[in-house]
Amino acid sequence: MTTVTGPIPYRIPKRRGPVLTFIVQQPLGAIGLVAIVAMVLASVFAEVVAPYDPLEVNYAAILAAPSADYWFGTDAFGRDILSRVIYGARTALAVGVLSSLIGCVLGTLLGTASAYFGSTTDLVIQRFVDIMLAFPIVVLALVVVAALGKNVIGGIDVNLIIAISIPIVPKVARVARSAALSVRQMPYIDAARAAGFSHSRIVMRHMIPNIMAPVLILFTAFIAQAILLEASLSFLGLGVTEPTAAWGLMLSGNSADFYEQAPWVIIFPGLAISFAVFAFNLFGDSLRDWLDPKLKI
Amino acid sequence: MRAQSDAVRSGAGRSGAGQGGTRAPTPNAPNLDAAGALLSVRDLHVHFVTSRGVVKAVDGVSYDVKPGEMVAIVGESGCGKSVTSLTVMRLLAKPAGRIVGGSIQFDGRDLVTLPEPEMRELRGRDVAMIFQEPMTSLNPVLPIGLQIMEPLFVHLKMDKATARARARELLELVGIPDAERRLDMHPHEFSGGMRQRVMIAIGLACNPKLLIADEPTTALDVTIQAQILELMKDLSSRLGIAMVVITHNLGIVARYADRVNVMYAGRIVEHGTAEEVFSRPRHPYTMGLLRAVPRLDKPRDARLYTIEGMPPNLMNPPTGCRFAERCEHRIDACVQYPAVVDVGRGHTAACHRAAEFEAADRGHPNLRLVRNDQPTPRPHHDDPILNVAGLSKHFHLSRRTGLFGREKVVVKAVDDVSFNVQRGETLGLVGESGCGKTTLGRLILRLEDPTSGSIQFDGRDLGSATPSEMRALRQKIQVIFQDPFSSLNPRMTIGQIIAEPLSVYRLEPNARAVRDRVAELLSQVGLHPYMSERYPHELSGGQRQRVGIARALAMKPSLIVCDEPVSALDVSIQGQIINLLEDLQERLGLTYLFIAHDLAVVRHISRRVVVMYLGRVMEIADRDELYAHPAHPYTQALLAAAPVPDVVVERARASRPLQGELPSPLNPPSGCVFRTRCPKATKACAEVVPPPVELRPGHLAACIHL
Repeated sequence: MTTVTGPIPYRIPKRRGPVLTFIVQQPLGAIGLVAIVAMVLASVFAEVVAPYDPLEVNYAAILAAPSADYWFGTDAFGRDILSRVIYGARTALAVGVLSSLIGCVLGTLLGTASAYFGSTTDLVIQRFVDIMLAFPIVVLALVVVAALGKNVIGGIDVNLIIAISIPIVPKVARVARSAALSVRQMPYIDAARAAGFSHSRIVMRHMIPNIMAPVLILFTAFIAQAILLEASLSFLGLGVTEPTAAWGLMLSGNSADFYEQAPWVIIFPGLAISFAVFAFNLFGDSLRDWLDPKLKI
Repeated sequence: MRAQSDAVRSGAGRSGAGQGGTRAPTPNAPNLDAAGALLSVRDLHVHFVTSRGVVKAVDGVSYDVKPGEMVAIVGESGCGKSVTSLTVMRLLAKPAGRIVGGSIQFDGRDLVTLPEPEMRELRGRDVAMIFQEPMTSLNPVLPIGLQIMEPLFVHLKMDKATARARARELLELVGIPDAERRLDMHPHEFSGGMRQRVMIAIGLACNPKLLIADEPTTALDVTIQAQILELMKDLSSRLGIAMVVITHNLGIVARYADRVNVMYAGRIVEHGTAEEVFSRPRHPYTMGLLRAVPRLDKPRDARLYTIEGMPPNLMNPPTGCRFAERCEHRIDACVQYPAVVDVGRGHTAACHRAAEFEAADRGHPNLRLVRNDQPTPRPHHDDPILNVAGLSKHFHLSRRTGLFGREKVVVKAVDDVSFNVQRGETLGLVGESGCGKTTLGRLILRLEDPTSGSIQFDGRDLGSATPSEMRALRQKIQVIFQDPFSSLNPRMTIGQIIAEPLSVYRLEPNARAVRDRVAELLSQVGLHPYMSERYPHELSGGQRQRVGIARALAMKPSLIVCDEPVSALDVSIQGQIINLLEDLQERLGLTYLFIAHDLAVVRHISRRVVVMYLGRVMEIADRDELYAHPAHPYTQALLAAAPVPDVVVERARASRPLQGELPSPLNPPSGCVFRTRCPKATKACAEVVPPPVELRPGHLAACIHL
């Protein structure tokens, strides 16, 4: 019998923490990460950070240019744009993160199940996904918003989040399925089947953790898209409604009438959208490179 | 090792070639050094700089290759044998790989300092290389003719017609019939063996002086392996090409190599002629390797000899002898790295005790080779735990014919297979790739549904079992897979992997009992209980395979399907796993279905053996009966093709590799599936599918000539 005598001469090599290696290997991604963290902090502590209440109207300073009092100027109602941009981050992150999360969870489940069961199930799910993909993302969201109406809970329109997450589902499902197809061939899945584990256990415990890398990347990328989509829908009047501070909303409505004499009204929310999307994209791209084992030295 | 300054060597080399010795100076005459070596590597050091530290992959390696000889570099994975040869080609992965010291004299030039343009000219023209994986080393979108002609265009500036004529000639040289037509075919139209022949043709295109083959036959079946190696040996002697063969297979070395270098942990530990090294090994590592391989030519030992432990980490190797930690001949002096000891007859070993072994061993080959007692044969009872009758698995595929046409084809992966496995025995299942042995294992595990036939396990029919009955039965039939790297879920710790079935089936009352059972299982397979906190990627191949075994054992199975459980492991680790499997069988009364392609391993572990070919059973017999008196021509051919790690035995055997290729399973031969390669085939073989004939009790063979 093979007996164990003394410690086995094998040691785990010491490694730097994942955050540190990420910063060293992906400096651009680290910049994105810093920007995201800054945004999250700003929205969480908006009451402290913002100089004014975003809803506070000051008729003495309507369309005031950026100054020491109002760094980003004020809008047509005399509300502080800086405060509204900071509070807008709250809306953007809440809608962005939640809808991307919902979309990714559903998409991953759908895609992985499709790959695991194969044959007819796969065929049906994939044709459904095809149909969903055939609709342009904005049109699909528009239809859902129009059909569901509004359902505001805690200041956030739940139906808006659902509307934004639905176009994300088929895209994630596609990626998850292709990743899951290769995991499906691995012997450890056969071992789990040979052990007689249930289908849900195999999908949840054995397959999904192994396709998390691409899904995680999609998650960050779709946060950016969801923020953009929320801004577009708000701009079109179907998203967040006045007086809630939201970046897309700040670009639309009567602000468009004043852009010649008060360009700051649209410049700063526009910059905020670009900044957020850019940060999430930078981070997502770097995450993809970093998690790809083929690119590791 | 011969110590000479480079200046002396290269100076003498030039004049030596000029005076011409036995051969007239031709433009292609090699520049040899004073010792007559075409390639002489001296004190080579190669480092890989990784994010985790510097890996000293090659640490002071020296060897020579003379024209027309075949030199083997033998060693286990990670010993630096491939890196050594890639360095000669200057094909190290950049920027991680660096040559940090030493010289490589080839044909009168130092390859370490040669500028890249000149090196590029040399590659493919004077030095060619053949890689392990013939399936991926050819470009799939180019016809093979073009791939053979490419070096001719580049290096010899041939015109198209001449190059094509030469390419045809080369294909004929490497034994590919119908060469003219084959030139325009693409790699996917060739089998693995044929592709390796094409690779050899490409290597030979410019009449190289040196051909480096890195595990040229590891991916091939044993009968194809014999064909390829015979071809290489023949070409080497006919064309006077020096060859360096890198391999882990000692049998190949014994049969084909002139001289052998044994590598361990980045250094050469032993060097000599093949005969010397195999019959009088002077380094404990070589001795251990030779004893650890199960052998077809010797009586079977009860237990395999194993080299315990693992090779050192090359990031931080020990300062003393690198093998000392695993060596059973270790002495105090081993804390110093031993000098290379010349024991005479051109035989050197890097061991403090080499001279001592030499003195002790005059006239006594196989030093201290203690033979264990013959095993007591397990009782022959008739209590089948598994009964397979008329089992078939047909895959229906549709093949594209033309632009829109599709044609339905049937692949008979397993066709009308019947056998049984007795309780407590090990049944070996042998065959080449594509013979259906893995599919058969998957059918028994019910990972695939059979097309027809029945599988009875413990008296119950698996085909008619309800899902809930099947769940209970699955616990009793477990599996161990070939690849220890992909058979464990990389996102779960070892403890979670082993504990999962325990908690799913509630085999233990509470979490504490589960933890205790995991610890017990881990120590049962020879691992420390603290390993349960680790992730699979933190373990070595052998350790992972042990985890795979522990996972199978967790459900207290009665039958374990072992699908090539040791073929991905190194020789010294392989022995450890086989011994473990045998111990567990003894203690827990397990039954194994042991699927493998290595005849020697199967002989060691099995009590009875089933030989399969193209989905059909060719022969079933008791182990000793089968290996002593193989009845079926295919079994005979398999045994003849398997090389044995003994120079005397191996060179005395006539070389009779099985001709031809495995037929396409899409279009198998009529009648007997083996008839296209069978030396005894007659017309009658094409007409009837031979029924199994019982030659002696328990010995069945499916051949009409018996």
